[in-house]
Amino acid sequence: MHVRKTGARCRCGCTSRRPEEKWVVGLVNTPVGDVPQVSTHLTLRDTLGRWRVRWGISRDRYLVKPGLYAVGSPGPDDIVLVTANYKCSFDALRRELEGLDAWILVLDTKGINVWCAAGKGTFGTEELVGRIEASSLRNVVAHHTLILPQLGASGVAAHEVKSLTGFRVVYGPIRATELRRFLEAGLKADPSMRLVSFSLADRLAVTPVELVGALRHMPHAVAILALGTLLTPMTALAGFYALLTLTGTMLIGTVLIPVLLPWLPFRSFSLKGWLVGLLWAMLVAWLSGADVLGWIAALLLLPAIVAFFALNFTGATPVTSQTGVNREISLFARPMLIAAVIGIVSSVASLW
Amino acid sequence: MITYLKDVTTIAIDEAACIGCASCVEVCPRGVLAMSGRTAAVVDRDACIECGACAMNCPVGAATVEPGVGCASAILLGMIRGTAPQCGCDEGTTCCSS
Repeated sequence: MHVRKTGARCRCGCTSRRPEEKWVVGLVNTPVGDVPQVSTHLTLRDTLGRWRVRWGISRDRYLVKPGLYAVGSPGPDDIVLVTANYKCSFDALRRELEGLDAWILVLDTKGINVWCAAGKGTFGTEELVGRIEASSLRNVVAHHTLILPQLGASGVAAHEVKSLTGFRVVYGPIRATELRRFLEAGLKADPSMRLVSFSLADRLAVTPVELVGALRHMPHAVAILALGTLLTPMTALAGFYALLTLTGTMLIGTVLIPVLLPWLPFRSFSLKGWLVGLLWAMLVAWLSGADVLGWIAALLLLPAIVAFFALNFTGATPVTSQTGVNREISLFARPMLIAAVIGIVSSVASLW
Repeated sequence: MITYLKDVTTIAIDEAACIGCASCVEVCPRGVLAMSGRTAAVVDRDACIECGACAMNCPVGAATVEPGVGCASAILLGMIRGTAPQCGCDEGTTCCSS
């Protein structure tokens, strides 16, 4: 199939359509029309975009148009890789394909990554079957094999795709970085490629979103403390210290807990958080020279807050089950809430 | 790897129904399942995150699990709204970051 650069003048003399996206570098001609050819290099803009969404900024609009794309100059016998239309997923895939000729079929997952979309069902059998038809894939390739990321398996039933379309689904590695080894091994995955990881780097990658989520509540804390200095005997300095304590508690809950996660005792996230919160509360109460009410307030409120952040972090991990999280909530949510309420009452009472 | 709560997950293999295709073993991202002779077996129940990939890809319904999100904010949001757990990804909360 011949490849031509976009932006060049076509035979009719008109200027061909400019690429809508910077990462589209050409067009590949196929029996069903031109297919956008994408770059395997990430630009500064792509990298900045990834950092932006990692910090939780406009994450819901970071997407790629669903459909068929080409890498290199693929022909009817080249592989078809399937991914989500979250731009980070798409970028993670294409950057691994340097020097290869391949087709990429992008499913409409509403800008959500493969695993979350598979859980929701948008990276699913129905969407895949529909996208195969919509892209006229069987007129583009002569074979009947689709390579899907393994984490798409919670939404896609390989045997149903086979019976509905004739295409055989092969689950590739979890991480795009291992795709080349998978391809070189003749579509065979090592056992290690099949397991999710949750390394320190993985955990750090998800903490900014937690942090930003918590920061959204800081104005409330500032407002309540400001009101406190007006309505109670609390001095501005004491209010400032309280704000500092809450900020520290938030950082412990959203950053320190994820970092320390594997080394903290207890299996339940709430208890892991509660324990660290307890140590923090003792430090705060001791440093501030708190009276009895102050100690009670610190020991009840701060561990409960950290426990809540830790419980909340379950959603950012690939290690928790819904049954397990339900169990945690039914065991700990009420005691933590009661402790927090008594802690708040004590801290207010300690002002007089 | 971090191990979550003990003996809570809903994963099960019906060995009588299993045809030994090993699809469930292949798609499991947590090493919960392995082939034991001619059928699949649960070898690490506590590692299961109930993602549902095994059940989805079992052609005979021998692998079963109650799939879910393992996300506290989704479950709490569901409780507050009186619905099933709702992943708040669309609103840009905790999960779906990578």
